[in-house]
This record gives sequence, C-alpha cells and structure tokens, in this order.
Amino acid sequence: MSIQIQAIQQVFHKHVVLDNLNLTIEPNKIYGLLGRNGAGKSTLLNIISNRIQPTSGRVEIDGESVHDNDRALGKLFLMSEVDLYSERSKVAQLFKLTAQFYGDFDFDYAARLAKAFGLDTNARFGKLSTGYRSIFKLILALCVPVNYVFLDEPVLGLDANHRDLFYQELIETYSERPRTFVISTHLIEEIANLIEHVFVLDNHHIVVNGEVSDILAKAYLISGPQTDVQQYTDGLNVIGEDHLGSITAEYVYGALDNNRPIPDTVQIEHLDLQKLFVSLTNTKEASGNHEH
Amino acid sequence: MQFNFNSTEPIYRQVADQIEEAIFTRTFAEGEQIPSTTEVSKEFHINPATVLKGMNILVDAQLIEKRRGVGMFVIAGAQARVVEKRRNQFYDDYVKKLVSEARKLHLTQAELSSLIERGFSEQ
Repeated sequence: MSIQIQAIQQVFHKHVVLDNLNLTIEPNKIYGLLGRNGAGKSTLLNIISNRIQPTSGRVEIDGESVHDNDRALGKLFLMSEVDLYSERSKVAQLFKLTAQFYGDFDFDYAARLAKAFGLDTNARFGKLSTGYRSIFKLILALCVPVNYVFLDEPVLGLDANHRDLFYQELIETYSERPRTFVISTHLIEEIANLIEHVFVLDNHHIVVNGEVSDILAKAYLISGPQTDVQQYTDGLNVIGEDHLGSITAEYVYGALDNNRPIPDTVQIEHLDLQKLFVSLTNTKEASGNHEH
Repeated sequence: MQFNFNSTEPIYRQVADQIEEAIFTRTFAEGEQIPSTTEVSKEFHINPATVLKGMNILVDAQLIEKRRGVGMFVIAGAQARVVEKRRNQFYDDYVKKLVSEARKLHLTQAELSSLIERGFSEQ
C-alpha cells in the first residue's frame, strides 16, 4: 500500500521541469511538499493524479498504474488552484457530483464544515471569492472517501481565522480516519509541526526527503565572530550564511564534527524548517552541495 | 496549558517538557485527566504522532498513564517524582551555569555566596 513515483521525467518545450524523480508516499502520513514558485510542485501533483502525462516514468497506486485508470484514480483526490468546476453550478450540486465520481461522500461532515466556515451551499461556484473557492475545494478534499489527499496551496486566500480552523479540522479528521495528506504550500511556518515527512523540490530534483524531526536534527545555525565560525565549519556542508556587523551566522545541513572543540565564542542552535528551506533553495548559493 | 515553542529542541521533547511543567505546578493535578493527543494536536497544529511521542516519554517516566478508551491521567506521586528529578538536575542545570558566569565576571566565591544569601533574604 503506497504511491510509487518512478523515474518521472517532464519536459515542456525542451525545458526540463522534473528530472528523474523518484518518491514513495506511504499510507496514513501527513506530508509537506515544498518548493519555490516554478519548482514543479503543481506539475508533479498533476502527474500523480493523471491530469497531465509525464514525458517518461510512471506513477502507481497500490501497485496499479494511474494512467487512464479510474479505479486507481478513485483512491486519490487532488485539490488544486485550478478551478475545474462550472461557474453556474451551486455548491450543493457540486458536492453531489463529486459523490457520484467517488461513489461516496460525507455529506454530514460537508454540511458541518460549510457552516463552520460560513460557506453558503446554495451559492453558485462562480460567485464565490478566492477564499471561499479554496474553502469549497477544501471541503471536497476532506469529505471524499479516498486514502490519498493532495492539497495544492490549500489556504490560498484564506484569512488567519479560517486557516487556523482548517488546520484544526485537518487534524480532527486525520485523527478520526487516518489517511495520507500531501500539503503543498508556501506558508511553511504554519505547517512545520503539522507534517511528519517533508519533500523539498528544487532545481527539478527532490533535494530533501525525510522525517521532519530527522531533517531538523541535522540542520544547524552556527554563529559568532567570522574567523571562529569559519574555523569550526571548515569542511562541513555549509548551505548559507548571514552577516550582521562582525557577527557571522553559517547554516550547516548535515553532521557536525564531534571531535572538533566548540570555541567559547561560537553558538550552535538548530534551524527551523522555513530557514532551512530558504537556505537550501536560495539560488544565490552554489548548487551541488545539497544532501540527497 | 501554555506552549512556547522554539526551534532548538525537537517538538516532541517540548510537548513532554510542557506537560511535565504543568504537572510540577499542579496545573494538571494527580489523578486528573490531561488533554488528549488530538486536543493538543489541534490546539497547536502539531502532528498527532509527534504529540503521542512526547506523551510516551511521560508514560515511560511514570508521570502519566493511559486508561483504555478514556485517555491519559496524571499518576499519583507524579508531582513528587518531577521534584526529585529536578533536584537531581539542579546542579547541572543551574549551579554550573551560575559559577561559569560568575567566573567570567570575576566575582569571587565569597561575593557569589553573599549574592545567594541576598536572594534568599529578599524573596
């Protein structure tokens, strides 16, 4: 039981978007899919859900190819930024339409969510604001009977209160019926503790793939006078640096040298996920020193 | 319960520390039920598996126990156990730092002792 993404290559107009990408998505886990604008996150999600065909490679769900396979595709749901719904349809009608495709739908839960978010189910989809379009799509994502839910920019246009409510509902429904969620978002701080596993897509490749706690355990911020810091970090995997007056901060991703004494002037802390992400995907930094 | 998260310690460790603190201050009294994994998870947007990992540290330390189908409860004697643990750690957690900082400031042992006496008399 899993989704296997095998050797996916995507080329648009001779431009490589995804290069030999391999991933495994396991059951009942909450994943984060992070990447800068244009990194290929949406392309990857569209390939997984068979909305676009990869140039080469394949995607399997529980051992079956998703390519033109309604049974396999019925096991996943992709909520994306793109609006696939008729502008004239009412929200309640779209719930029913979704129920038809997926064979089932949690109408009670959808009604509760619509009430909690203040979504009028008699409103036509075309009349909804950006935020309420997102809310409508989120409700579909949480109420379909699938085991793999992909959320592409789920909180687009949502105010802070609605984002808070969404994260709470996500945890509630996940606790009641564990299933896989893959969340692609730019609001890293908001999901940093929510996700168990993180993928970082950069420069057409997956540059980070692991449990968040393991990843952060080997992400360090080392600060102090420049010469002392540089002496300490010499030979380590330095992924970025900042300067504030005579103080230097270097970001290290990977093991430290335990045999090396830490100078009194040097402080070692852990990076948070957002800072690690920014350092790893900063185009100013030389590429090629990323850990795979 | 108040959570002040920072990035230097793993989140599961911080969950354990915060609940332990609440047991120490008797915010969670002995015999009382503590918030469920889902409640903590929802409130602070933390993955339920992470919260559970933190709670299991406290189960192993015999501070809380799981009652099937009901939830987690503070064990009788848990508060005293936290006090005992903190007393054992007091030298490492506080005294070492105090002496190290005093040395940097060129405070003598006598001066430091008199400051400690002052602390006791003023509080």
